[in-house]
Amino acid sequence: MNALIGKDDRVEIRKTIKLYIGGAFPRSESGRTYEVNSAKGDFLANVAQGSRKDARDAVLAARSAFTKWSSATAYNRGQVLYRIAEVMEGRREQFIAEVQQTSGSTTKQATKHVDAAIDRWVWYAGWADKLSQVIGTSNPVAGSFFNFSIPEPTGVVVAIAPHDSALLGLSSVIAPIIVSGNSCVVIASQNQPIPAITLAEVMATSDVPGGVVNILTGDAAEIAPWLASHADVNALDLTGITDQQLAQQLEQDAAGTVKFVRGPRTDADWMATPTLSRIRAFTEIKTVWHPMGV
Amino acid sequence: MPSPSITSSGLPDGSAASLTGFLHGLPGVDQVGAEARAAMLGTRSIKNDAKSWAIDLAIRMIDLTTLEGMDTPGKVRAMCAKALRPDPTDSSCPSVAAVCVYGDMVQTARQAVGDRIHVAAVATAFPSGRASLEVKLLDTRDAVNAGADEIDMVIDRGAFLSGNYVKVFDEIVAIKEACGSAHLKVILETGELKTLDNVRRASWLAMVAGADVIKTSTGKVVPAATLPVTLVMLEAVRDFHRTTGTRIGVKAAGGIRTSKDAIKYLVLVNETLGEDWLTPDLFRFGASTLLNDLLLQRQRISTGHYSGPNYVTID
Repeated sequence: MNALIGKDDRVEIRKTIKLYIGGAFPRSESGRTYEVNSAKGDFLANVAQGSRKDARDAVLAARSAFTKWSSATAYNRGQVLYRIAEVMEGRREQFIAEVQQTSGSTTKQATKHVDAAIDRWVWYAGWADKLSQVIGTSNPVAGSFFNFSIPEPTGVVVAIAPHDSALLGLSSVIAPIIVSGNSCVVIASQNQPIPAITLAEVMATSDVPGGVVNILTGDAAEIAPWLASHADVNALDLTGITDQQLAQQLEQDAAGTVKFVRGPRTDADWMATPTLSRIRAFTEIKTVWHPMGV
Repeated sequence: MPSPSITSSGLPDGSAASLTGFLHGLPGVDQVGAEARAAMLGTRSIKNDAKSWAIDLAIRMIDLTTLEGMDTPGKVRAMCAKALRPDPTDSSCPSVAAVCVYGDMVQTARQAVGDRIHVAAVATAFPSGRASLEVKLLDTRDAVNAGADEIDMVIDRGAFLSGNYVKVFDEIVAIKEACGSAHLKVILETGELKTLDNVRRASWLAMVAGADVIKTSTGKVVPAATLPVTLVMLEAVRDFHRTTGTRIGVKAAGGIRTSKDAIKYLVLVNETLGEDWLTPDLFRFGASTLLNDLLLQRQRISTGHYSGPNYVTID
C-alpha cells in the first residue's frame, strides 16, 4: 500500500515546518532541513535549518518593522498581545498535542504548559500601557523643570529561546521583548521547534505586524554568533544557551557594538509568575527636562 | 538572439527616410528570450574574492546622484564629500566615478570635488525633455560652462514614439556639438518606450547620432533600469562596436538598490560585451541608495560581521 495514503483512503497532507521571517514562511535560504523526532523517537517533521543569511534577512525584517511597532500606542500593543492569546486559545488542542509529542509529557502536564503560555500572553498584554507608570518616574529636580524618566524600546532584540520549554518558555521570552515596542528575532528550541512555528502561525493571524516577531529554527550555535556580532542588532537575550563557552563567546561578539546582553537562564521556573525584569531589560530609560510654565 | 546584419556602409545618414528605413530594418527583439537570458545570467553566484572585486568595481562605476527639487548646495556638498570618500572608516574604499546633479548645482559640485572625479549634469529640460531646442542647447551650454564634463540629456520620447526620428537625431547631434569636449550620455527613458524593439531602435539612433554613452532612464519613471532592457542596450552597443569599431558606454540608472542587483548587471556586461567594458569609462550605475548597500556589503566582508544602516550616511 502506498505510504502516502492514510487511514481514510485520503492522501495525507504533510506539513513542512518553515521559518517565520517578515510575516512570511520561507524555507531556509540554504535549502537545508533537519529531522525532528518526538520524545519517543518517532519522526515528526522535516524542519527548515536556518542559516546566517536567514538570520540576516530576519534582522532586516525586524528593523523595518520596528519603526511602526515602536510608534504604535501602548494601548494598541496591549490589544495585539491579547489578540495573540485569543488566537492561541482557538488552537489550544493543537498546541497541547504538539507539546505532548515533542516534550513527551502527559496530557495533563501539556495542558498545564499550554494554558500557562496563553495566560502569560494575557499577563504581558496588560503591562503594555502600564509600563511607563511603573518603570518610569517623575523626578524632583532643583529648578523650574518637569523631569521625567520614561522607558523606550531598545530596538531589534535577538533571543535564544529555552530548549526545554517549547511554548511557555518561548512565549515568556518573546512577550516581554515586544510588549514595550521592540521587534525580535528568536531562535526556537532546536529539538522542539514545532510549537514555535505554530505560534508563528498564530502571530501571522493576530494583527502582529509582519517582522515584529521572526522565528528561526535550526542550530543556535551556528546562527547566534552572526546575530551577536550583527551591527544592526541592539540587544541579546541568551536565555536558552546552555553551553557556557558559547554564551561567553556570544557576549564577546556582542561587545563589538556595545549591545545589551541578558545572560543564560537555564534554571528558570517558567510556571512561576514573572517579574518585570525581562521587560525592563529591553528598554532604555529616556529622561526629559521640560521647562515649567509660569 | 540574432544581431543586426549591418555593414560599415549601412549606417543611416540622418535623413528621415534613411533613419526610418534603418531603424525599422533592425531585427526584432525576442522579448521572452531577452528576459530569460537576463534572468539566467542573474542567477550566477559570485563569491568571496570575486565579490569583493565586483563591489569595489561597482562603487567605482557609480554616478552618485541627487536630482530633487529640494536639493540645496549643502546637500550637494555633502554628497560630493561622500562621493570622494564613500566610507570614511576605510581608506581602501575607492571613490565613485562621478556626481550627477541638476545644471544649477554644477558649480557647487565642481568646487567640492575639484578634478578628482567627474561632474555630470542633467540637461535638456530633464526629465521630461519638453522644451524647445534653443532652451535645451542653452541648458547644456550653461552646465558645461559651469564645469560639467559629462552631460546627461533626455531624448524627446514623444517625437520618437510618433516616428519622428529625425527630430530626435538632430537634437542629439546639436546637443553633442554644444557639449564640446564634455561626454554626452543620452537617456532613452526605456520605461516610456514600451517595447524592447523600441529600446533597440532608440539605442541605435542615439549611437549613430553621436552619443558617447546610452543611459536607460531618468530615474523619475517606473520601471527604470531593468536587466532585459539593459541587455538589449548592451547588445546594441556590441553590434555597433562590431560595425563601426567605436566603443559606446552604457549607464543603468534607477531602481538598482542592492549589491546583488549591481553584480547581476556586471555579469550581464561581462557576458555581453566582455571585460573591456568592465571599467567606469564604459559602464556606469546611476544611483544614490545603491552606494550604501555596497558599503554595507564591503564592511561585512572587511569586518567579518554584518553591518547596519547606522554605519553609513543617510542620503
